[in-house]
This record gives sequence, C-alpha cells and structure tokens, in this order.
Amino acid sequence: MKLKPEVRQDRPSTRRVQGIRGRVQLFSIKSSPFTITMSLRVLVGVKRVIDYAVKIRVRPDKLGVVTDGVKHSMNPFDEIAIEEAVRLKEKKIAKEVVAISCGPTQAQETIRTALAMGADRGIHVEIPAKEVEKLEPLHVAKIMAKLVEQEKADLVVLGKQAIDDDSNATAQMTAALLDWPQATFASKIEKTDGELQVTREVDGGLEIIKVKLPAVVSADLRLNEPRYATLPNIMKAKKKKIAKMKAADLGVDTSPHFEVLDVADPPVREAGIKVEDVDTLVTKLKDAGRI
Amino acid sequence: MLLPCRLLSSVAPQRLWVGLGSRVTGSVNSLTSFRAINTSPKDASTPAVQHADEENTSTEAAKLKKPKRAPFIKNLFLGRFDKSVLEFPEVLDQDQHELLHEMVVPIERYFLEQVDGPKIDRDAKIPEETLQGLKELGLFGQQIPQEYGGLGLGATEYARIAEITSLDGSIAVTLAAHQAIGLKGILICGTDAQKEKYLPQLACGDWTAAFCLTEPSSGSDAASIQTRATLSDDGKTWLINGSKIWISNGGFADLMTVFAKTTEILPSGEKKDKVTAFIVERSFGGVSSGPPEDKLGIRGSNTCEVFFDNTPVPAENVLGEVGGGFKVAMNILNSGRFSMGSSGAGMLKRLLSWSIDHAVNRKQFGNYLSEFAMIKEKFGRMSANIYAMESMAYLTAGILDGQEDPDCSVEAAIVKVFSSEGAWKWCSECLQVLGGLGYMKSYPFERYLRDARILLIFEGTNEILRLFIGLSGLQTAGGELREVVQKLRNPLMNPGFIIGKGIERFRQQKDNPKLDLDIAGHLHPTLQPSAQLLEYCVKRFQYSVEMVLAKHGQAVAAPKNQLDVARLADCAIDLYAMTAVLSRASRAYCIGLKNAAHEIQLASVFSAEAAERIKTRVRDLEIGPVQNHDDLYSRIADAVVENKGYVAEHPLTRTFW
Repeated sequence: MKLKPEVRQDRPSTRRVQGIRGRVQLFSIKSSPFTITMSLRVLVGVKRVIDYAVKIRVRPDKLGVVTDGVKHSMNPFDEIAIEEAVRLKEKKIAKEVVAISCGPTQAQETIRTALAMGADRGIHVEIPAKEVEKLEPLHVAKIMAKLVEQEKADLVVLGKQAIDDDSNATAQMTAALLDWPQATFASKIEKTDGELQVTREVDGGLEIIKVKLPAVVSADLRLNEPRYATLPNIMKAKKKKIAKMKAADLGVDTSPHFEVLDVADPPVREAGIKVEDVDTLVTKLKDAGRI
Repeated sequence: MLLPCRLLSSVAPQRLWVGLGSRVTGSVNSLTSFRAINTSPKDASTPAVQHADEENTSTEAAKLKKPKRAPFIKNLFLGRFDKSVLEFPEVLDQDQHELLHEMVVPIERYFLEQVDGPKIDRDAKIPEETLQGLKELGLFGQQIPQEYGGLGLGATEYARIAEITSLDGSIAVTLAAHQAIGLKGILICGTDAQKEKYLPQLACGDWTAAFCLTEPSSGSDAASIQTRATLSDDGKTWLINGSKIWISNGGFADLMTVFAKTTEILPSGEKKDKVTAFIVERSFGGVSSGPPEDKLGIRGSNTCEVFFDNTPVPAENVLGEVGGGFKVAMNILNSGRFSMGSSGAGMLKRLLSWSIDHAVNRKQFGNYLSEFAMIKEKFGRMSANIYAMESMAYLTAGILDGQEDPDCSVEAAIVKVFSSEGAWKWCSECLQVLGGLGYMKSYPFERYLRDARILLIFEGTNEILRLFIGLSGLQTAGGELREVVQKLRNPLMNPGFIIGKGIERFRQQKDNPKLDLDIAGHLHPTLQPSAQLLEYCVKRFQYSVEMVLAKHGQAVAAPKNQLDVARLADCAIDLYAMTAVLSRASRAYCIGLKNAAHEIQLASVFSAEAAERIKTRVRDLEIGPVQNHDDLYSRIADAVVENKGYVAEHPLTRTFW
C-alpha cells in the first residue's frame, strides 16, 4: 500500500464552504449499492487550544506558555472530527452529534463553534482555570468513557491529537477504558453493515481496517476539509443546548499523575558549516558524537 | 447705548438666511422662527432622557423605548454641546456581544484563507466561488431583518464586520454596493409588500442589488439627473429611459434602486420635475449594462454603465413617494457612510502591524528603522488617527443603534471625510516605511493604497460632504439665530440679553471665551486639560459660526464662499473627533480596559493637535479673505483658468542678452 504522492501542508489550507443549502457534493459509500440508514449517536470531543497561527511564548516561570490574552480556537483536528460527524448525520448514518469539551468557561465558545458547524447539542465539563493545564489525556478519556455510558453513544470521534500537548493518547485510552475497538489516524471512513471500514494513515502508508461498532475513531488531517460556520448557523446555534457539569459529577478524579518540570524554547538554530569532502564530514560527525 | 449698535452690525443682518434644500419652509418675516431642529433650548444642558418602563423579561421580546436626542453636530454650531455623547455608548447586551465575536471568527478565517487579493486585483474580477462563499457565510444580508432571511444586525455589528471585509477592497465595495446602498432603500422606506417580495432573495445573495443615481452629467449634483420616468396612461406602469454611469455591481445586479425624474403637475397647473426612486428588476426588460470599467483600484468590483430603454416598472415598485426620491437617496447614503470609519481603521491597523514588522527587522546605519524618530513619528501619529477613526465610527454607530429616530447625517459625513482622508494618507505612509518594497506589487501596500483612493470620491466626494457639513450646521444655526437677531434689534426690551451678549462678544474678540459647559465634569479627571481644550474649541467654533453668518448672510452657500464653509466643516470634523476620542478614552480608563493609559495618551495628543488646527481656522476666519490668502489664491486660479494652464513664464525665459 503506497501513500498517495500528493504533498500537502500540515494544516488545512483550503476549505469548501458548506452552507445551509448543503450544495457541496459529499463522498458516496462505495461498499453497498443502497444507502443504509443507521441511527448512531456520535460523541465528538473538541478542545480549546491556542490558535495555530499564534507565536507561542514561554511563561516567565518556565512551567508553561503564555495563554492570557492570547487568541484561542478549536483544535484543527477536532474541527475535522466535527465535520466528519456532521457529514455522517447528513448521510443519515448518524442521528445525533454531541460536542463535548473539557475545559475552562471559555470552552463554551468552542462548543458553540461545533454547534454552528452542525452538532446538535453540547456538553461542557467545566475544569477550573488553574487545573486546565494539568488536565491529562487519561482524565479526558475517563470523562469521555463515562459520558459514553450516560449518553449511550455508538461512536466516538476525536481529533488525533491536540496541537498544544501533542499527546495523541485520548482516543486510544478512551477505547481501552470502554473496551471498544479503535481506528486511529483515520483519513477515510466508510460504513458497511454494523461495521466501519477505516483507512488509516500510518508510517508505512495506508492501512485499511474494519472495526465493529461501537468504536472510537481519531481523525487525521486528510479525513475532510471542515466547513466554515456560516453566520446564520451561528445564530441558530444560540438556541442549541449546552449541558454543564463537573468532572466530579462523573466520578472522575482529575488530580495529576505527573508534574511538568521545565518548559523551554527549542534551541536557536545555529548556522551550519560547509565541508570540503566526505572524509572531513565523517570526521566532524564523529567529533560531534553523532556517529 | 453704543454697545448694542455694534452688536447689531456684527450679527446676522436683517435679511433672513434660508438654507439649502427645501427643508426650511414658512414665511420669511414671521417672528415664530421655523426651526431645523426639534428640541427646545432648555434641553441642551440637561439631557432629557425619555425611557419607557423597563418590563423586559426576555431579551428577544424587549422593545425598550430608546431616548430621543437632538443631532449632536448641528447643535454644536449653536454652541450647544450634548454632554450625553461623553458617555461612550454601550450598545450590545451580553448575548449580542458574544454572538458578534463568534461571527467575527469564521469571517476573518474565510478572508485569510479563501480570498486571493492579488489575483482579484490582477484579473479585475472576484472569482465566482469566492462570492458564493461570501453569500453562504451570510454576508449579503447583514442588516436585513431576520424574518426576511437576513442576520438583522444593527449598525454597531455591521461596523465591526466591516473591519474584516476591508481585508479586500473589491469585496468590501461589492458588499457595500449591494446592501449599504443597493437595497437599503427597501429597508428604509419600502412597503411591506416590497420587503416581502425582494428581501429574502437579496438576503441570501440569490439576487444582488445596485444603486443607480450617478449619470454622465450628474455626479455631485444629484438633483440634476436626466433619466426620465413617464407614467403610462392607465397609471399602472412607469417607463424609464436614461443612462447611469459608474454603477457598482451594475454588470450583474438583479435589482436596482434607480432614480429618475418624474413630472409633477402642481395645483397651479405648473409642471415641476422631481426625483423619484424606483425598484427596478433587470428582468423587467430594457436594462443593459456596458463593459466593466478599468479602474485604478477596487479593480475586482464591477463598475459599469447601465442603460434603461423604455424599461417598464410597475407602479407598486415606486420606493417611497413619487417626487420624494431625492430625500430617499440622501437617507440611503447617510445611513451607510459611518461604516467607512471602521473599515478604514481595520485596514490601517493591519497595515500598521505589517509596517512595524518591517521596521523592527530592517537595519540601516546600524539601527533598526523603528529606532529612528521619523519612523516612530509615523507610527505614533497613525495610531492616534486610527484611534480617532474608530472612536467616531463606533460613537456614530452607537447613536444610530441607541437612539430613537436619530439624525446622524452630519456625523456620518464627518466620519466619511475623516476616515477616507486618513486611510489614503496613512496607507501612503505605511508604504513609505517599507520604501522600495512598499512600491512593489509583491507586497500588498500598493494595492491597499490604490483601493483606498476611491474612498475620497464615492458616496459623496469629500468636497461636497464638507459643504454638506458646513451648510447643514449653518442652516440649523441660522434658523435659531433669527431669534437672537430679533432680540438684538429690540435692546430696550431685552436689556439682560444685550448685556450678556455684549460681554460674550467682547470675550470672544479677545480670544478668551467663558468656559461654562463643564465638559471636564463628565470625563475622567486625567483628561481634564483636554476637556478644557474641547470646551474652548466649542466656544470658538460657535463664535466663528456667528461670524460666518454675519459676514455672508444668505450668500453663504454661494460658490465663492465655499472656503469659509469648508473651514467650519473642518472645525466640526475636528470637534467630533475630539469628542469621540475623549469619550472613548474616559470610558476605557473608567471601566479598566487593558492599555487604558495608552488610550489616554492617544486621546490627549489628538485633542491637542485638533485644537491647534481649530484655532488656526478660527483665526483665518477672523482675519478675512485677504489676510488668509483666499483672495489671492482665487485670483491666481482665475488667471490660470483663463490661460487654460499655468501662467508664469518659464524660468529660463530671458528678456535681455
């Protein structure tokens, strides 16, 4: 299996706008000749992170980055996750999309963006501002697992990782806690009977697997191009409900398991040097301890 | 008494001054003067606010009665300062505020990701997909009420979104031509039937609108248009014939607000030509458009001629009243102008960031550019001017949203004049900071500069708007000052008034007016010096208004007296700007906004310089046209025009060898 040769930037660079009229063509399900109407309830996790375009600065106490007054937005992979869930709903495979966020009060803005993109309702698990930094994937996974039970969900779609901590762990942990199959780094999702056929982007290329429902899927970059939240949809989203609760209400203990010792800027890139020939190159590499 | 006689000669002459337009009616010599404003003098110092009982439990259903205030600038011409504007308006409630800021995010993203400015400029066309995306975002129906499918946004929200759409001049103008003027007529004075018929498809962008007023021989002089509409014999259809030029969206608009002359037969049997506004669909037939004009800037915006050849328009498509078209046109233009302030400010803020980025990275003579005083001065002045632009725009929007039936025509004109000239000048300065790079097409500065040039021309040229500002104010003042003149002509019946006026006049002539407005009392104490300056300027302005009226009387609107009217207008512009920045800075400090101290600095320096400009202009009015050089320039211009060119002999000419 070969990875497709097209080169793309590592962030969504162009999007199609899908409005209330739904004029854009959606991809069709190849595997069956007739559409299957399912009634999946899909839970999607969305995280409020520092906007990808912002220049990050390390805090003076060297234990984190500056977040005060800095522009935040929805994690780009979570946008892709929401877009996928909404498309499933438009194809009548899903019947309800619930957007969930664990974060401070401002996380509600992120949930509202998800509602404006097409989610039906939201759940905000409020984490006090001081504890937000220390929230770990394991905590979020436990919260998601609990909510899955409460909401009787059939599918969980998460972004593959958050661009602030790059953990790439929540989807996997959630699946493990629920003892559900997981399909991570999804670049294509197709529905076949009671199963999902997922194309995964892995180091060696593309892997196509089948997972039985219920399952946890994590969205990768090329899964889709998220829609812009149109202004009329933003207004309509005002009427959609966001339930609020605390982690303790779900019986999840959010005390940290590890401690951040130091946060620093990556070292400033130094100038390189040119060498005359390969022998000098090998000598220099040996001197630097690289070989 | 000698004093009253001197007063008499220096105030308005016996002949009554009647202002421009036909708004002022009534017999010339009547004692009960017709007023251009509808408030009584005692309203001035104590802002009378008429709030209804607040029984709103649900924010959506609340129809809170808004206060009604007199127009601010028009009253300033009479020395009346409505101190309620010193309280910077807080218009949006929390829900609206949150909603607005949610809406701003996708619009900004769309513009940054999907709009290719250089390509639009190069190809002189906005790609269809880009326009489609804008329609789906909902940007074509911002101010259309929600029940017709629009977003139902108010002036403040519209102004905020204009800050983002200014990222591309062609798109900004296309949107504005569609909704700020093209369909605004239907919003302002359309019948319910017209609204129901047209607004839904205009809101989602299925139909685009255009505003058709200008003709080859009628630009600034809008009342002289020659397109004609004749009523059919059965009285059911109008036939429109004529041609319009420079119509934005003219090449593809489905709906046009067209202004044409209709003949009215007066009771006396006399025929009078009046302007009437019509809603014309392209599908009515007889409508054709010329090729798109090749322009200096906003090249992606479609501008072309539109021809009407016996276009049949049903009688129910008359907008407003037959013969009332001029007023419709003026109302439409007045209501859209203020957003130029926020769109100009939005564009300049961006350009400022880019130029600063260049200045902190480029080194010459061992220093970064940002360390040189000449560059720093540009950034400093520009910041103060952007601050003034924003403050005026949102102050005006706040008045439009927050008051009942507000008359902001002069304020909107002021915002337009100040912002258009500021945008042009500061765009040029930003380009200058980059030097040669700024001149290259590979950088966006030259495109923004070219796009900004039109701002001084369309929606009423700045020259016309200066006359409008000056003459509207003078009309207001003239109406009221008649009473003053009456009293002055009867000194023995009004001794107290005569003495008071005498003392006031004496102080003004010594440039020491009594400051009794207590503007400082309504602002944060840090701004006290600026507040005193503002009061002084208000008083001097009032004095100069009386001076101009006394000097010219009825002839103030004559072509040769425009420079004095323009001076008054420039003073009014600076006064409004000073008021807006002080009001906003005071609020920022009082509510504890971040960087409020910086805002105080911006406001103080802007006010100080504005006050100097006002002082100079009042002085110029005092010393008269000979000493302020108006006369000389006029004679030079006469010579040059007669010669059809430059008059002075070439420097190399010799008369001897």
